[in-house]
Amino acid sequence: MLSERVVITDKAKEIVDKLKEQHGDLMFHQSGGCCDGSSPMCFSVNDFILGSRDVLLGEIHGCSFYMSGDQFEYWKHTHLTIDVVPGRGMSFSLEIPLGVRFLTKSRLFTDEELKNLRPVEPARAD
Amino acid sequence: MLYEKPKFESQYENYIGGKWVPPVSGDYFEDASPVDGSVTTLIPKSGAKDIDAAIAAAEKAAGAWGKTSVAERSSILNKIADRIEANLQMIAPIETWGNGKGIRESLLADLPLVIDHFRYFASVIRSEAGDVSDLDANTVSMEVHEPLGVVGLIVPWNFPLLMATWKLAPALAAGNCVVLKPAEQTPTSILVVMKLIEDLLPPGVLNIVNGFGPEAGKPLASHPGIKKVAFTGETTTGRLIMQYASENLIPITLELGGKSPNIFFESVMQEDDNFLDKALEGFTMFALNQGEVCTCPSRALIQESIYEKFMERAIKRVEQIKVGNPLDTDTMMGAQASNDQYEKVKSYLKLGKEEGAEVLTGGDVATVDEHPDGYYIQPTVFKGNNKMRIFQEEIFGPVVSVTTFKDEAEAMEIANDTLYGLGSGVWSRDVHQVNTFSRGIEAGRVWVNCYHLYPANASFGGYKKSGFGRETHKMMLDNYRHTKNVLMSFDKNPMGFF
Repeated sequence: MLSERVVITDKAKEIVDKLKEQHGDLMFHQSGGCCDGSSPMCFSVNDFILGSRDVLLGEIHGCSFYMSGDQFEYWKHTHLTIDVVPGRGMSFSLEIPLGVRFLTKSRLFTDEELKNLRPVEPARAD
Repeated sequence: MLYEKPKFESQYENYIGGKWVPPVSGDYFEDASPVDGSVTTLIPKSGAKDIDAAIAAAEKAAGAWGKTSVAERSSILNKIADRIEANLQMIAPIETWGNGKGIRESLLADLPLVIDHFRYFASVIRSEAGDVSDLDANTVSMEVHEPLGVVGLIVPWNFPLLMATWKLAPALAAGNCVVLKPAEQTPTSILVVMKLIEDLLPPGVLNIVNGFGPEAGKPLASHPGIKKVAFTGETTTGRLIMQYASENLIPITLELGGKSPNIFFESVMQEDDNFLDKALEGFTMFALNQGEVCTCPSRALIQESIYEKFMERAIKRVEQIKVGNPLDTDTMMGAQASNDQYEKVKSYLKLGKEEGAEVLTGGDVATVDEHPDGYYIQPTVFKGNNKMRIFQEEIFGPVVSVTTFKDEAEAMEIANDTLYGLGSGVWSRDVHQVNTFSRGIEAGRVWVNCYHLYPANASFGGYKKSGFGRETHKMMLDNYRHTKNVLMSFDKNPMGFF
């Protein structure tokens, strides 16, 4: 079995379920930069246009998880856990009106995981 | 001196068309203070219909406002500045209570800059002139400026009033009407200031709609009535705003943060003098505003030959930072602006340790006895290498990641090995070295032998993924208006083509 690059906590899954009822299929895009940067953004699948240099890290609770390719170069040695905490963000991420914010928690991959990591795929086929 | 906890109204409204109006939905959200976690007031939870109303009000006002004389607009901006100045002591604790920053920063930095940036744009529009070219004996070309109409401003929470002003002052000065969405973490100070200045602006010129990004921000950024969007925030939302702008074919300006290098060359330790003292303060600037600054000097690059001696003194300086009650003028560092921000900073403290970075000081949360439920973090210094994630991502907390370099080549390589290019600092007594680095660093701002100064008339903006557009300078006016070319012929004769 492949080692996953990104996983999601049960608490965060509950929020994803709630949002799916309201917005349909969802996706995540990991942000960078200031303010809400370094936080994962959750959007309806049709809202955010993926670029040819975005990469797909894996699926979490039925949602694809993407990051821009250049950012991934600095993140690739770390395992990501998508959690949720009470809070606010000023971005357009869908969970914000619920008074919670998705949060990316990171740790280094273990040697065991590194041997068998899920390959990263381009976000778009073109 | 300890300022009193400021008083707030129990509920605020949106400001649309010169009136305070409730959100169409009738829903409000609680605004909590990061100082102690308590609820301050209720803020409208607006949606697309409120944005529609604000844009309609702005469109109605745009014709007349766009035709006011520069003398009139300048006078109004000056009056806004005067009004804020006269109420500085009242506004400063409100800004601190909403954002968590130490009151000394609200008093001495945020608000004086707000006042000055309004005055700056009030003054520069008085002395502007368009271009006139005599193309030949009978043909004159005139470049004239016209406002865009209605612009959308989405402002962040780290300097709620100052970041609003950076966008608002040039937008109004250029003759636009504005729909402004404050950050949902820090809406109150902007509403308090709006109440103070509402008699100075014609109805509809400045409209404020509160709410959450997906519910109010997105309808604003994607609205076909908006002629330009200015946003400060992060990269994914920056891309979304560009995407919406592409649907409407409108211009945008983005400021998306950075991971600014602060470089200390060995010559800073040649003497033990005031300049060395200034450089040590420059290192400690990562703690300004709890590190919640897009240009936070969050990577310190220290020349190997002085590393031990410099850091010994730098750490001492950092350990003198007084974290405490933000309303106390002795407090140097207050609370992180929100719980999610606090959690994010904590996650990076953990990741930094896991990646093998050495904690030189701090590394944990801080407690402030009076406010056990506030969001406080210890000023933290990590030592590691530039490939670590704590060197590559904006933590937006009081955390600096330190590494060493041997020579100029290595310093330049590390400084520019980042996705971003907003701020940077160079500390050296060698004028040639200073020139090499001020030109070689790929960033929109290089502070030479200083840091964290934001005077008007010094442009501010990003290289690389830090965005585009230049604020705090008169050149920003051109991002808020059209250039129209009027080509006049004084020749009575036909061209002879047809």
